[in-house]
Amino acid sequence: MTRIIERREVAPNVHRLIVEAPQIAEKVRPGQFVIVMPDEEGERVPISVAEWDAKAGSIVLFFLEVGVSTMKLARKEKGEDLYAVVGPLGRPATIGKFGTVVLGGGCYGIGAITAIAKAMKEAGNRVIAISEGRSRYLLYNQDTLRRFVDECLEATTDGSAGKKGKVQDVLRDFAKREKVDMAYFVGCTFMMMRCAETAKELGIKTLVALNSLMLDGTGMCGVCRVSVGGKTRFACVDGPEFDGHDVDWLELFQRKAIFVRDEVTAYQFHACRALRRHEGGD
Amino acid sequence: MDEQKPKRHPRQKMPEQHPKVRARNFDEVPLGYDKETARREAERCLQCKKPLCMSGCPVNVKIPEFLKLVKDGDWAGAARKIKETNALPSVCGRVCPQESQCEGQCVLGKKGEPVAIGRLERFCADYERNEKLVRLPEKAKPTGKKVAVVGSGPAGLTVAGDLILLGYEVTIFEALHKPGGVLVYGIPEFRLPKAIVDAEVKYLRDLGVKLALNTVVGRTRGLRELMERDGFDAVFIAVGAGLPHFMRIPGENLCGVFSSNEYLTRANLLRSYLFPIYDTPPPRGRNVAVVGGGNVAMDCVRSALRLGAENAYLVYRRSRTEMPARAEEIHHGEEEGVQFHLLTAPVEVLGDENGWVRGLKCVRMELGEPDESGRRRPMPVKGSEYVLDLDAVVIAIGAAANPLLTSTVPELKLNEKGYIETDERGRTSVPGVYAGGDIVTGQATVILAMGAGRQAALAMHEDLTKK
Ligand SMILES: Cc1cc2nc3c(=O)[nH]c(=O)nc-3n(C[C@H](O)[C@H](O)[C@H](O)COP(=O)(O)OP(=O)(O)OC[C@H]3O[C@@H](n4cnc5c(N)ncnc54)[C@H](O)[C@@H]3O)c2cc1C
Ligand SMILES: Cc1cc2nc3c(=O)[nH]c(=O)nc-3n(C[C@H](O)[C@H](O)[C@H](O)COP(=O)(O)OP(=O)(O)OC[C@H]3O[C@@H](n4cnc5c(N)ncnc54)[C@H](O)[C@@H]3O)c2cc1C
Ligand code: SF4
Ligand code: SF4
Ligand code: FES
Repeated sequence: MTRIIERREVAPNVHRLIVEAPQIAEKVRPGQFVIVMPDEEGERVPISVAEWDAKAGSIVLFFLEVGVSTMKLARKEKGEDLYAVVGPLGRPATIGKFGTVVLGGGCYGIGAITAIAKAMKEAGNRVIAISEGRSRYLLYNQDTLRRFVDECLEATTDGSAGKKGKVQDVLRDFAKREKVDMAYFVGCTFMMMRCAETAKELGIKTLVALNSLMLDGTGMCGVCRVSVGGKTRFACVDGPEFDGHDVDWLELFQRKAIFVRDEVTAYQFHACRALRRHEGGD
Repeated sequence: MDEQKPKRHPRQKMPEQHPKVRARNFDEVPLGYDKETARREAERCLQCKKPLCMSGCPVNVKIPEFLKLVKDGDWAGAARKIKETNALPSVCGRVCPQESQCEGQCVLGKKGEPVAIGRLERFCADYERNEKLVRLPEKAKPTGKKVAVVGSGPAGLTVAGDLILLGYEVTIFEALHKPGGVLVYGIPEFRLPKAIVDAEVKYLRDLGVKLALNTVVGRTRGLRELMERDGFDAVFIAVGAGLPHFMRIPGENLCGVFSSNEYLTRANLLRSYLFPIYDTPPPRGRNVAVVGGGNVAMDCVRSALRLGAENAYLVYRRSRTEMPARAEEIHHGEEEGVQFHLLTAPVEVLGDENGWVRGLKCVRMELGEPDESGRRRPMPVKGSEYVLDLDAVVIAIGAAANPLLTSTVPELKLNEKGYIETDERGRTSVPGVYAGGDIVTGQATVILAMGAGRQAALAMHEDLTKK
């Protein structure tokens, strides 16, 4: 059991969760993730560790409410417990002095990229963060990012903040004015793929944090396998970070959708149950 | 007295769920003996002076002695007799390959049928547990020493049970959220009800064993750290052989191709057969092929039926006599409607335009000269390729050593396959660090893992009292 210190909705459907996990807080490195089970019947859900405080023994997670597991997490309140939190898992991100590093975040990645932003800055890089959302009110975590990076750029689909467009459009503009030595993308698969494509065109070395399906997170089940550079790799132990130019994105999309029908069923099943409970019927 | 004269009646059958019914549920298949049947079966034992059966058991369960107690109606006494050398009889009675171990050696088997040692072992242990006759043994005086056990499979549970009784403080570290290793994430409910594993774990907890679940040693906690910071005087590594093998044939990353570990973990550990009460989606398929011939493959193919498959195929490249699965499982699978494609090897997984499995291209095999394992080597028959129409494929061709922990301890000596090297007592190349079970031997059996645990527990005790 892991105690929740705080859960807050920082943008519609996006939550920032702080949990008590002293052992993880002591060990975690940027780019690593934990596996969370909301309750005993729950799935084992991988979530990146965005920030941590080794002294206080806590870790910070950002998550997007998309299905049954994240719905359950979103209903948890301060003081309640999570059934399990395991980690830190995965290889730490590649951090080094590269020069100018552009970080791109979309959906949960705007939060999750915080750890990498901080570490890249500490390693002596010039760090630019680009966040994207459909509209201004969906951009969150900007104040935190601003503390760690040199420039915080934004992209919105409706143009209500920053550039009208996506991370890759901002990247393209930025690359015109400055040389970029490395790009790092965290977020939904589609966004990472598009960004990696643009970065490739621009000749920028690119790392991505993949979010394949996972169960154990320790290399035991193989559900997380991805093809990178023609080789099968297990994202939970060989990744989640990979070279964005080598990932077989189509395969990743297809594999992520294996259980889509059941995921919808599960969501409806639990949403109905929760509603009934809310109305006092259960 | 006619007490000495064995009874000449046949081996007693164990009632089972009807194949048609059980192939669609996850409840246990054999229903177990009742007291009278157990007594009648035990009466068949000749009480041999030199009991061959015992030599077939890797932990030398005192078979004739416990059988005598069963015959006399002292079932709990019989259970305790078994437990003198085997800590998990309700598990072993169900999953040991008895036909190649104890029962395989029983003299009665030479002419007729051997005594049903496994079934009786199961009966005694179930009786003792169900009647709440399990007693907590006396613990030795505290030694003041602490031992860490990494992994809660049969090897780890055995070491924990032995050392807590010898007066050690014992903590088990387990990566998953439930303790039991393969007993909970691999072997399905219909073969080994999880309530039994839970009861065994509770017994250890009652004895004072501490469990740290959700703790991945090598990540959450370092091995060195356990000894240097947390003050453990010794560590036993029993992390199993949990890295799935794939076949390296085209199409293995298609949607609908599962490793046996994924398939069984979803079904068992995450209880997806109870979906959507449990959230993890089950690995479904209408037409499912499982590749392999061992217990793992049998568990997958029988689970496939229970998860709703219309056709469940077992694709194995050798013949039935070479199948390493327990005889009973093969027999049960056959009764339940598993379709065997023996002497058949997969060549390629075929996919549709959406990246989903649509078939498995197979080739027929014939047996050639014996290979280094002594089994005749299967050779493909030219031009015999055919396609099985499928929507799911499960790869159950064995497992390898998971390097997650071992790679963090460079001074730990491994063999060329990545398994930990130990002496015959479980001592590794690092002082104070011991290992046993599948991470030393490669995937073997529950009872061998427990045997290794017992040896290591004794060695640890010896070494720690010398200090
Ligand atoms: C290493 C790793 C790190 C991760 N870190 C984070 C993190 O920090 N925060 C976080 O929120 N998620 C993270 N993810 C993704 C997260 O694990 C999944 O989003 C989660 O499993 C969703 O579970 P669910 O049951 O709520 O939704 P599901 O029922 O699994 O999904 C419901 C539906 O939503 C779709 N979907 C899933 N994710 C998204 C998305 N991002 N955008 C749009 N649609 C989506 C699915 O394809 C599915 O159709 C990470 C994944 C990995 C492998
Ligand atoms: C599906 C299946 C069916 C089988 N059927 C039979 C059968 O019928 N009869 C039989 O005799 N044998 C059978 N076996 C084999 C038998 O189960 C194994 O030989 C036995 O379980 C090995 O025990 P173990 O203690 O070495 O490891 P395991 O049972 O594998 O347990 C290892 C444990 O260590 C944990 N772990 C791993 N890494 C770490 C880490 N870094 N930190 C913390 N914990 C960690 C794992 O999560 C796991 O819980 C079967 C195996 C499988 C997979
Ligand atoms: S432990 Fe296994 S091999 Fe030994 S007597 Fe029991 S069933 Fe037979
Ligand atoms: S070998 Fe068979 S008959 Fe003899 S003691 Fe063992 S179980 Fe009894
Ligand atoms: S999540 Fe199971 S092997 Fe990666």
